[in-house]
Amino acid sequence: MTGQTVSEREQRVLGIIETARAKPPRFRDERITMAHGAGGKASSTLIEGLLLPAFANEALAPLADAGQLTVGGARMALTTDSFVVRPLRFPGGSIGELAVNGTVNDLAVSGARPLVLSLSLILEEGLTREVLEAEVQAIADAASAAGVQIIAGDTKVVERGHADGMYITTAGVGEVDERASLSPAALQPGDHVLVSGLIAEHGTAIMLARGDFELDAEIVSDTRSLWPAVDALMDASGPSLRCLRDATRGGAASVLNELARSARVGIVVREREVPVRPAVAAAAEILGIDPMYVANEGVLVAVVAPEGADAALQALRRAPGGEAAAEMGVVVGDPPGMVLVETAFGGRRVMDQLVGDPLPRIC
Amino acid sequence: MRYVDEYRDAELGRALSHEILSAVEPGRHYKVMEVCGGHTHSIYKYGIDDLLPENVELVHGPGCPVCVIPMGRVDDGIAIAKQPGVIFTCFGDMLRVPGSSGTLLDAKAQGADVRMVYSPLDALRVARENPDRDVVFFAIGFETTAPSTALTLRRARAEGMTNFLCMCNHVTIVPPLRALLESPDLRLDGFIGPGHVCTVVGARPFEFIPVDYGKPLVVSGFEPLDVLQSVLMILRQIGEGRCSVENQYTRVVPYEGNLRALEVMAEVFELRPHFEWRGLGFISQSGLRLSEAYADFDAERRYSVPGVRVADPKACQCGEVLKGVIKPYECKVFGTACTPERPIGTCMVSSEGACAAYYNYGRITRERETV
Repeated sequence: MTGQTVSEREQRVLGIIETARAKPPRFRDERITMAHGAGGKASSTLIEGLLLPAFANEALAPLADAGQLTVGGARMALTTDSFVVRPLRFPGGSIGELAVNGTVNDLAVSGARPLVLSLSLILEEGLTREVLEAEVQAIADAASAAGVQIIAGDTKVVERGHADGMYITTAGVGEVDERASLSPAALQPGDHVLVSGLIAEHGTAIMLARGDFELDAEIVSDTRSLWPAVDALMDASGPSLRCLRDATRGGAASVLNELARSARVGIVVREREVPVRPAVAAAAEILGIDPMYVANEGVLVAVVAPEGADAALQALRRAPGGEAAAEMGVVVGDPPGMVLVETAFGGRRVMDQLVGDPLPRIC
Repeated sequence: MRYVDEYRDAELGRALSHEILSAVEPGRHYKVMEVCGGHTHSIYKYGIDDLLPENVELVHGPGCPVCVIPMGRVDDGIAIAKQPGVIFTCFGDMLRVPGSSGTLLDAKAQGADVRMVYSPLDALRVARENPDRDVVFFAIGFETTAPSTALTLRRARAEGMTNFLCMCNHVTIVPPLRALLESPDLRLDGFIGPGHVCTVVGARPFEFIPVDYGKPLVVSGFEPLDVLQSVLMILRQIGEGRCSVENQYTRVVPYEGNLRALEVMAEVFELRPHFEWRGLGFISQSGLRLSEAYADFDAERRYSVPGVRVADPKACQCGEVLKGVIKPYECKVFGTACTPERPIGTCMVSSEGACAAYYNYGRITRERETV
């Protein structure tokens, strides 16, 4: 077999795979496994194969971080998120702080100024007052820092052994900001891909806090409200902002894949430009995990038209926690739906959606 | 990262790439097999193919420990995992390997207590924390991981533990390599030797490859510069008409291996008369089981398992991929029926598997120099 026929056949197979990948995912699993919660391909089958068809409507269809609706002429955004993190407290934060910032950030990256939250607490029998009070205080502090009020709530208690201390669900309402019009469909070849800070800090901090690996490093969660960063971005380059995404579960890689798929464009990431703290890179290296797939709780990915990219980067760098913000890639026309990496070593590879679950229950 | 970044230097990589280009005989096609799945992973992760001329083809060999586990063994593991009171522990990749009716992850969703561990010592810790339950460690891997299983068992015995058990699936690398070299449909010009295995067994056991089969083998490290340098060393041997075992990974691999590791392996394990390999069939003296001295720790002796041989799915061509006869994308079900999220064959499961590595990382058209 000569080299030529091999590459022709390879080409054809690549085409077949892309066709298969472009099909809407189907939910065919007999039971839920932990992979369905990991934010990767199994999660997509659950959401796009089961939930989306059942509730089909225009606001839900884009599967954005928040749904949008018009109330009395005002454009509003609504989102909700549940938190099942273990352990409840970890370096740099706790479940209460995550529960506020997670929902605030879903609103922020939808281009909406966060206004109010609701709070549901599912508490496990036996939870101590000390732990509960600490989390309630963390929730109050985070809400105050993010400038949102908690105006509705609910509490439930379940038997011992059922909720790992506590689970929290928050929902949030925000007002869509007119300075930018954000949509993945707006992505154009040539757009710049920015990241708002050091990646993989939250997931790594949790992983080490669990103590399963006997690794020690001073890595703390990056949980924070992203609204100040989004606010600054809109001021600096509002009209050139194409789309923002909160790089939580599944990490920056999953966000980029979602964008590439929904906009039918390619994205090329320059590995050398991705900001990763050396201690985080070292932990990931030892555990065989790619930091691009590790969760963040205070990092967004911004796609910006070329003319607004410099101003956007400067704005991100001035925002809290944004000193390391970087331009890490570019939108390309081909291959559509795929994310490629130019490795620091000088080769290229595909960066696909996450399969399986490197680390469950991180948020 | 010190001591790592040095081996990922892009400029040195380009320099090696030029040297490789000049070592290649124009018009000749070279097939070099990397035996170890760790190399396969590195090759795709760093995009090393982009730095090789088109006529140097890397063929992925049988050295992914997950990929060689046959379906019947997965079924046996699931049967043990479903026994009342058992905590079943294994490495993460193993959770998603399909048996004849589902994976260990599915068994977990159905109520079996299956836990992912990062080392056999983690499994031992689980056993200490749960003295009233049997904790079974599903041991897989070549000589690379076998010593850590052996040391863990030695420690379990020293501590007098009775609830720690091992289901041993350890395998050795030389017998399948010999089987490969005997197979008539194979055409290879040389081997990138499995650096991690060699840290334990040394380079000596591979001398039969140049001696009996006339192929060069270079023991290689796992960083991208290691792999490129090893390819260059193989091409130079071929160009100069030489053929021997060379060691590129001298910073880690002694020629004689790690005698203390070999000693503890000899104490804890014995060779099985034969062991089934995914896609390769039964290979004599290629698998390890617990020795008589450690019989009390053998999960297969405490629990009865179906032990049924399950034929590989018909559509699956893992065997030919493992032998390097076909490239992953030449398999009939690659990327369509068989994908990392729904693997049919084991090569699609582990990140070291040839098919998963190609699917996850390599699925792009490459433009390379032809010489």
